[in-house]
Amino acid sequence: MSNVASLSVPVGPEDHSRGPEDAKHTLVEYGDYQCPYCGQAHFIVERLLETFSDSLRLVFRNLPLAEVHPHAEAAAEMAEALGLQGKFWEMHDTLFENQRDLSEAALLRYAENVDADVTQVHKDLADGGPRRRVEADFEGAIRSGANGTPTFFVNGVRYDGSWQYESFAEFLQAALNP
Amino acid sequence: MALEKGAAAPDFTLFAAPGEEVTLSGIDGPVVLIFYPADWSPVCSDELSVFTAANKLFQARGAQLLGISVDSLWSHQAFKADRKLEFPLLADFHPKGEIAQSYGVYRPNDGISERALFVIDRDRHIAWSEVSPIGVSPGADGALRAVEALT
Repeated sequence: MSNVASLSVPVGPEDHSRGPEDAKHTLVEYGDYQCPYCGQAHFIVERLLETFSDSLRLVFRNLPLAEVHPHAEAAAEMAEALGLQGKFWEMHDTLFENQRDLSEAALLRYAENVDADVTQVHKDLADGGPRRRVEADFEGAIRSGANGTPTFFVNGVRYDGSWQYESFAEFLQAALNP
Repeated sequence: MALEKGAAAPDFTLFAAPGEEVTLSGIDGPVVLIFYPADWSPVCSDELSVFTAANKLFQARGAQLLGISVDSLWSHQAFKADRKLEFPLLADFHPKGEIAQSYGVYRPNDGISERALFVIDRDRHIAWSEVSPIGVSPGADGALRAVEALT
């Protein structure tokens, strides 16, 4: 009766992607910048990208659980706003490395630290583009069967195993070299 | 065996909070009944947090989420506040697991319910159900699709 959850929104050119674009395998992470587990997973995913540097790419999408993490939506919108300036990954890394302070003032400070055009950031946030993108990511996550933060999809299929480095690497090793 | 599509949904009245009872037949519109094994367990927390976040998508379609486990209403109250859950948690506490049993999802050896989802239509029939492995949070996709498939 239980079905296998699969990605409802295929990976496309609009996605934030890291690793070789023609990588044979794609890891999609739905994450929340204020979620401590996502903070741990961030460093594990970085190691996985190093280990599988030729064959794996990462796509990150937003799944802010706003009720438990009151700063998660604003942080996600800030990362998306920076994405419009080609600085998504710089902000993404900064947010996960500074999870303890995601206040509005801190978010703006981080934007300045990565040399963003802050006036433009304010304008883009006010226009609502980043918000709409985060909402679209969120709905896509729910429709894909995201079941917590973080939720990973390996080549479009939800990964329910452990994402601790050894377990995840072992799984990927087997999946990448069947 | 969990009740499946087409079966009549057994009615119930359970406490959601001290002095606050919820009756299935008293609810207008579709209901998503979320049976979970226990308050405070990590997988249940993930599952219910995802449903809380997804609640706006269910509300937009007129559907009511109801969590249900064998925990007491006092445990529910603390769990709900701690995890910021934004839908009622029903106490299937006395007689223990009676409602889980009537939906075919009680685990008598463990004294808890399965991790199971039921979408109940306006006519109080099961429109969709799913039992997940006990250790896997199911996500809200199946229930959302089932709610959307209701006319």
